[in-house]
Amino acid sequence: MKTKDIVYIALFAALTAALGLFPPITLPVTGVPITAQSLGPMLAGAILGARRGALSIILFLVLVAVGLPLLSGGRGGFGVMIGVTGGFMFGWAISAFIIGLLIEKFWNHLNVFNAALSIVFGGIVVLYAIGNAWVAVVADISYWQATVGSAPFLIGGAIKVVIATAACLAVRRAYPLISKAG
Amino acid sequence: MIAGLYIDGTSAVHRATAGIKILAMVALGTGVFLIPDWPVAAAVLATVIVLYPVSGFGLRVLWAQIKPMIWLLAVFFAVQLWLHDWQAGLLVVTRVAAIVLFAALVTLTTKTSAMLDSLERAMQPLRPIGVNPQKVSLAISMVLRFIPVIATVASEIRDAQRARGLDKSILAMVVPLIIRTLKMADDVADAIDARSFDPD
Repeated sequence: MKTKDIVYIALFAALTAALGLFPPITLPVTGVPITAQSLGPMLAGAILGARRGALSIILFLVLVAVGLPLLSGGRGGFGVMIGVTGGFMFGWAISAFIIGLLIEKFWNHLNVFNAALSIVFGGIVVLYAIGNAWVAVVADISYWQATVGSAPFLIGGAIKVVIATAACLAVRRAYPLISKAG
Repeated sequence: MIAGLYIDGTSAVHRATAGIKILAMVALGTGVFLIPDWPVAAAVLATVIVLYPVSGFGLRVLWAQIKPMIWLLAVFFAVQLWLHDWQAGLLVVTRVAAIVLFAALVTLTTKTSAMLDSLERAMQPLRPIGVNPQKVSLAISMVLRFIPVIATVASEIRDAQRARGLDKSILAMVVPLIIRTLKMADDVADAIDARSFDPD
C-alpha cells in the first residue's frame, strides 16, 4: 500500500467524521432524524473503491471506539458501538466494501444507472440487512419487526443515494482514483 | 483539537489497564445475552450502576449516559409488553442498559491515548497478515489533523457557493469539497514520501 493510499484512507475517515458535524434534519411527520454521516461510507466506497473505502470506514470506527466523539451529535465510545444501532456501524464498513467492489466492476462504463444500483445495493440492501439483524437480536424482536421499525430511515437513505451517485460520477470525471483495466 | 470523552479520575476503575477493561466489556456483552431472567439482568445492571460512584462519577454523568437511549428503551419495553409480557420487557431493557452503561464507563475512565497504545500492541500479532502498526498510527494522526482542515475548506466553499447563489445545493458543496481535499491529500502524500517515510 502506497503512502497515497494511506492518506486517502485517512481523508475519507476524516470526511465521515466531518459529515457528523452537520446538524441532523428531522423529518416533519415521522420525527425520524436524517444525519449526513451515513453518506460517508457511500462516498468512501464509491470514490476510493472496495479496499481503501472499507479501510477508511474501519479507521473511522476504531477512532469512535477508542473514545473520540466523532459520531453525529458528538457521540462516541464503546457504548454506541455495541448498543442497539451497532449493527449499522459495523455494516458501514461492509457496505463501503460492497459499493466499492461494484463500482470497480462497472468502472469503465459507469453511468448513472449502474452507479445508483451499486450504491443502493451496498448502502441500503446490505446495510439494512446487517443493521436490522443486530436490532432484532438486541431488542429480542423478530427480523421482520426490526425491518418495519427501520423503514422510516429509508427516506433519508434514498436522498443520500442520490447525492452519493451524483458525487461519485462528478469525482470520476474530475479526479478518478479507481483504475480498473478490462 | 478534538477532546476525547475521558473524564479524569484516580479510582481503581481509572487505574485498571485499557486491555482489561475492554476484555471485561466483551465478557459482559456476551454474558448478558445468556441470562434468561430479568432479576439476574437487573442485578448485573445494578452492579454496573454502582461502578459509577466507585469511579467518582455523580448522578449527572450517569444520567448523561442513559439520556440518549431512554426513548429507544421505552420503545423496546413497549414492543415486548405487546408481544409477550412485562418480564420479557424488563429483561431486554436491563440487558441493553447494562451493556451500554458499562461500555460508556470504559470510555469515560480510559484515556484515548491509552486505548490507542493497547490498540497498537494488539495489532503486533497481525503483522504477518499485512497489518502494519506504524502505517495505522500514521493514518490515525492524519485523520485527527484532517477533520479541522475539512471544516475550514467546507466553510470556504460555502462562502464561494453563496456568492453564486448555490448555498442551498448539497452537491455544489460535496463535490468541490471532495476534489479539493483529494488534491490536498496528494500533496500530503508527496510531502511524506519526500521525507522518506518507509515503514516496511
